[in-house]
Amino acid sequence: MSIPVLAARDIHKSYGRGATRFDALKGVSVDIQQGESVAIVGKSGSGKSTLMHLLALLDNPTTGSVELSGRDASGLSGRVVNQTRNETFGFVFQQFFLTPNTSVLDNVTLPLQIAGIGGAERKRRGMAVLEQLDLADKARNKATDLSGGQKQRVVIARALVNNPSVIFADEPTGNLDSATGKVVEDILFSLQEEKGITLIIVTHDEDLAARCDRRVYIRDGLITDSLHAVPAATAATIATAQEVRA
Amino acid sequence: MNAFDLIRSAVKNSLRSKTRTILTVLSIFIGAFTLTLTSGVGTGINQYIDTTVASIGADDVITVTKAAEDGTDGPVEYDPTAVAVDSPNSPPGAPGFSLIALTTDDLDSIGAIDGVLSVQPQLSVSPDYVQVADGTAYEANVGSFIPGMELDLAAGAEPDAASSDYEVAVPVSFVTPLGFTDDAAALGAMLTLAITDVTGTQSELRATIVGVSEEGLAGSTAFTANKVLTEALYDAQSGGLSESSKDSYAQAVVRFDPTGAEADLTTLKSDLSDLGYTGTTVEDQIGSFKAVIDGIVLVLNAFAVIALLAAGFGIVNTLLMSVQERTREIGLMKAMGLGGGKIFGLFSLEAVFIGLMGSALGVGVGMLAGMGANAVLADTLLADLPGLTLVAFDPAALATIILVVMGLAFLAGTIPALRAARQDPIESLRYE
Ligand SMILES: Nc1ncnc2c1ncn2[C@@H]1O[C@H](COP(=O)(O)OP(=O)(O)OP(=O)(O)O)[C@@H](O)[C@H]1O
Ligand SMILES: [Mg+2]
Repeated sequence: MSIPVLAARDIHKSYGRGATRFDALKGVSVDIQQGESVAIVGKSGSGKSTLMHLLALLDNPTTGSVELSGRDASGLSGRVVNQTRNETFGFVFQQFFLTPNTSVLDNVTLPLQIAGIGGAERKRRGMAVLEQLDLADKARNKATDLSGGQKQRVVIARALVNNPSVIFADEPTGNLDSATGKVVEDILFSLQEEKGITLIIVTHDEDLAARCDRRVYIRDGLITDSLHAVPAATAATIATAQEVRA
Repeated sequence: MNAFDLIRSAVKNSLRSKTRTILTVLSIFIGAFTLTLTSGVGTGINQYIDTTVASIGADDVITVTKAAEDGTDGPVEYDPTAVAVDSPNSPPGAPGFSLIALTTDDLDSIGAIDGVLSVQPQLSVSPDYVQVADGTAYEANVGSFIPGMELDLAAGAEPDAASSDYEVAVPVSFVTPLGFTDDAAALGAMLTLAITDVTGTQSELRATIVGVSEEGLAGSTAFTANKVLTEALYDAQSGGLSESSKDSYAQAVVRFDPTGAEADLTTLKSDLSDLGYTGTTVEDQIGSFKAVIDGIVLVLNAFAVIALLAAGFGIVNTLLMSVQERTREIGLMKAMGLGGGKIFGLFSLEAVFIGLMGSALGVGVGMLAGMGANAVLADTLLADLPGLTLVAFDPAALATIILVVMGLAFLAGTIPALRAARQDPIESLRYE
């Protein structure tokens, strides 16, 4: 088996200390292969976002380790971690986090700006990705003036603009009606198919989870189940009951 | 993020909350404006003093007087040897100034002091009129030309101190009245000076016009005569005076070697005071005046700096609010890989930009206000002091003000900028 692009090795994460100490993750191990789509499923407060943040190197586990292409991330310098998050990862957070009073284009090209890419190149790539998401006509609008569905697409555009190899999406359809949610899902899965992007999707929506190659169930900080979907071609016709246990 | 984007973002961010930024800029503006004006006044007055000193000139000259003993408080006893009223050399414009006249003996003993190159009594002459050929006669003041002095010349040359011919420089305002078509036409012409002695005998002297002097403060409207002419005028004026009156002077001018060490001058002065004389250089007279001006300007500047310090806290406050408001944005940028150093740079640049706006505005408006004040004052309060621009601007001083304010803003910005740089991205993203 190839080296997983990301792996969690028995990670624990606790918040606070003393009486208010709370163990959000209590020993989670998971391997994520390049090009795979993984759903992290669980109830609210189960620790999904916490796990995603740890895998995305946004936070450090209390114990255990996160491995990036087989290397322990705790050994990496801050600069390398920043560069990885900037160039290799794309983020869709649970909230939109759009900068108010700033144009859609500027919001979308933020990762490129952080990377130090020049204005003309930024604009070209930003417009290309907005085109892809049917938002080219909104490029000059203020980000805060868009509808919820449009904002979600802007957020996805921002996650894509730097051509990442891993996209982390926390409830990407949570704020959307089912039709718009479907559009956003289609965008994400077509990217996975066309560009071989690794998708890590946090959701409590079973239908969305079912479209992923693998579902990781988490409850009270522990992984309870990990299911592999049957190949995508047959998945549509075969009921979920026929899925194979990993 | 590259440098250009950092600056652009910082500028954009500072303009995001306009009211708040304007208020902070205003508080800096007040400080910078005040500092511009106070230092402008300092520069203006000192510049004026410097040009005046240059035209009085003679940095190798000590004016020597014999001061009356002034050891006791209260009324000064009458001293029959204090300056003779009939001496033509009583110091002008110094009433109640108790001086003992210098005699030829005094001059000899001063001349004997080590380091004294020459000693000359200061002669004051007041001719009745000046005239060219048979033209109109005008009243005039005549001053003596001391080598080392710099005449601000409109044409020609300075009177030659070493020459044995009578030479004179005429003020520019006399050129036309004396019947010359222009400044150059006056050069080489003969000027008649008439002077009367105590017995009422008027004599006339003829001098060559060698230069035309601009009307500075010191040059003013006086004719400048060379040494031989001054002495000749003095002799003519002293006819009928007793020998002791003629040979008593309020002041003497001592020359020394100006290239020598500072200590030489100090010894020379203490030698003079040991003999009971007081020696003052032009530096001394102007220097103490300058020290007073500098002191006043320093106090005024201190007030402006206090205003700027207050403005510095305004910057801290503004940026802390800005950091607070943009917690999530900072978190997002950090999550997307922007390093803490760049975040620090972003906020401190914002502070520096606010500082730049405030100080540039303050300096700009300060300069306008200063020029306005100059224009108004030149015709009113300061009309009697031509050549004095009350508020003058030294580019280096103005640049310093702007740089200092920007530096102060940077320092003020470090507190909020550090806070922003240290923010934990996850905590920031959770911030509601
Ligand atoms: N900074 C924190 N301090 C204290 N407790 C925290 C902190 N962050 C998360 N938690 C707790 O950890 C648990 C897991 O949080 P997490 O955000 O991972 O949940 P989640 O599975 O993403 O839930 P949701 O579906 O509602 O987003 C929660 O009980 C939460 O209260
Ligand atoms: Mg969550």
